[in-house]
Amino acid sequence: MTALMLEGILLTIITAATPLLFASIGELVTERSGVLNLGVEGMMAMGAVIGFAVAHTTGNVALGVVGAILAGMAMAALFGVVTLIFVANQVASGLALTLFGLGLSGLIGDAFVGVPGAGLARVSIPVLSDLPVIGLLFRLDPLTYLAIAITIGVSWFLFRMRGGLILRAVGDSHTSAHALGYSVIRVRFMAVLFGGACSGLAGAYLSLVYTPQWTQAMTAGRGWIALALVVFGTWLPRRVLVGALLFGGVSILQLHAQALGVGVPSQFLSALPYLTTIVVLVIISRNRALVRANTPAALGQSFVPDR
Amino acid sequence: MKHILTAATAVIALTIGIGSANAADKLKACWMYVGPHNDGGYSEGHNTGRLMVEKELGDKVETSYVESIAEGPDAERALERLARSGCQIIFSTSFGFMDPTIKVAAKFPDVKFEHATGFKSAPNVGTYNARFYEGRYIAGQIAAKQSKSGVAGYIVSFPIPEVVMGINSFMLGAQSINPDFKIKVVWVNSWFDPAKEADAAKALFDQGADIITQHTDSPAPLQIAQERGLHGFGQAHDMYKFAPKAQYTAIVDTWGPYYVKRVNAVLDGTWKAEQIWDGLKDGIMEMADYTNLPDDVVASAKKTQAEIEAGTLHPFKGPIFKQDGTEAIGEGKVLDDGTLLSMNWYVKGIDDQLPK
Repeated sequence: MTALMLEGILLTIITAATPLLFASIGELVTERSGVLNLGVEGMMAMGAVIGFAVAHTTGNVALGVVGAILAGMAMAALFGVVTLIFVANQVASGLALTLFGLGLSGLIGDAFVGVPGAGLARVSIPVLSDLPVIGLLFRLDPLTYLAIAITIGVSWFLFRMRGGLILRAVGDSHTSAHALGYSVIRVRFMAVLFGGACSGLAGAYLSLVYTPQWTQAMTAGRGWIALALVVFGTWLPRRVLVGALLFGGVSILQLHAQALGVGVPSQFLSALPYLTTIVVLVIISRNRALVRANTPAALGQSFVPDR
Repeated sequence: MKHILTAATAVIALTIGIGSANAADKLKACWMYVGPHNDGGYSEGHNTGRLMVEKELGDKVETSYVESIAEGPDAERALERLARSGCQIIFSTSFGFMDPTIKVAAKFPDVKFEHATGFKSAPNVGTYNARFYEGRYIAGQIAAKQSKSGVAGYIVSFPIPEVVMGINSFMLGAQSINPDFKIKVVWVNSWFDPAKEADAAKALFDQGADIITQHTDSPAPLQIAQERGLHGFGQAHDMYKFAPKAQYTAIVDTWGPYYVKRVNAVLDGTWKAEQIWDGLKDGIMEMADYTNLPDDVVASAKKTQAEIEAGTLHPFKGPIFKQDGTEAIGEGKVLDDGTLLSMNWYVKGIDDQLPK
């Protein structure tokens, strides 16, 4: 295996992990506030279509990314209004959001099918990018840097800042947080919006960087994988990052294994990313106390202020 | 979504009595797609055919479709819904719809069904298919002429006979030019997952392939080829606009004329279940313009195409040897359709192990 090939593989792995990282880190924040939004797939699809549509119409990829963020947030706002203000069931509303997003994105995207996209150029950081092997870490596309920055930022916010403490408090016991004088609904709404923005980014990554094109259902279930990563990553940003890289890594490596002709049934290899991710994350999560400490206790529970 | 809206509008229109009076005399023809109707590939090919029916037969028909139907139990429900909604002929357009189609057809003996690419039929279930392997043979020859590394990457979905036949035909075409040609096969276990198809293309290119071909439905692999300055072939649809510098040609499905013919047969009462397997010469498929190729390669591709159309060249003409070296068919003989449609073995020279 040459250095060039290794670099190619690593780069592909990072590309495969990025949309998962975006979506799962956003959902992590949402869930930490006690809200379970199963609409990730739908928000991603909307991010993908709006991102592509805006980038294509304006010719500006950056605007497309902004459009995708707003689209994800708009979808999330819809979910927020339904579940937080009208106190609808979160699971049902989230599923509905996914179906709605997939359908609506198809409708909006009809005009953009079969239109080639522009794509986003990679950014090279001088000097560092010339380093052997690890140099590739400094030659990524801007959105991947953003995903890493968001992950670090979220980790910092949740565990080092007062706002994060409040958010976690709301997610653990909304009645206590409410009694302490925090606006549970407001905190949760913002967390839901953040999740939407991240899902929008994940979608934009698919339609603008990964495969610069729009096709209906192009998210192909990645939103669900992101949801699973949050749970298996025990609501910790660093574990979600590991999970995303692991899932991305194994799904790329299994393709290479097939191309090399290792003689293992391809169905088994295709299932490998799911198996490995579950096994590894279950192993690193075997500390029960830590899992309990990190699971938002009020996850999925609706909150109705009594006064 | 749009569909539900149209349906809802139609229902409302009918109930309030402004629906067209002769709606009942119209023949209702319905389609079921495995992917989105506008996937830029396989399902869009069928949808283009449906639009042609609408255009050609105008007032005599009313068409509708359901899309992104998963192969399996979902397909059965969707078919049943179509049959109950008054469809008189239903085209179920994916291999995996085969058993559901047969099952549902038994429940609705008055509805006519046509199933694409399968091999099971019934008194009210006809099958139709195109000899895509003819196009793949031409693609294989082009690949062998153009490849510098002598290795092509082949992205595939599921190990069904249709797919295996395609791989074999591509390889036989390539071997007719370069007997040592190699192909690397990657199964992505999906008909349509642009990101995964792109990953597979990257993996294959990273491992030394310089030509990509696929039996999956999205243009993503060609886009990767273009990004890397390499080449490949479009699948089911002319994917030129996605990768104008990368596409050599594409096997384009042109189901339209066939659909028009069959719907017409229902209209004039001559429809009966048939097993249709047409090829390049019948116009059920065509080769997209040969691009990004030197003139002599274009000329030889066109020559091969003409010979296939004339019937003087058959991709599966013996001698053909299986992967393990046993003879599949002797000198001068041609594999019969039954063998082709149940093909579950690779030809000699393919290193991949066929998933069972």
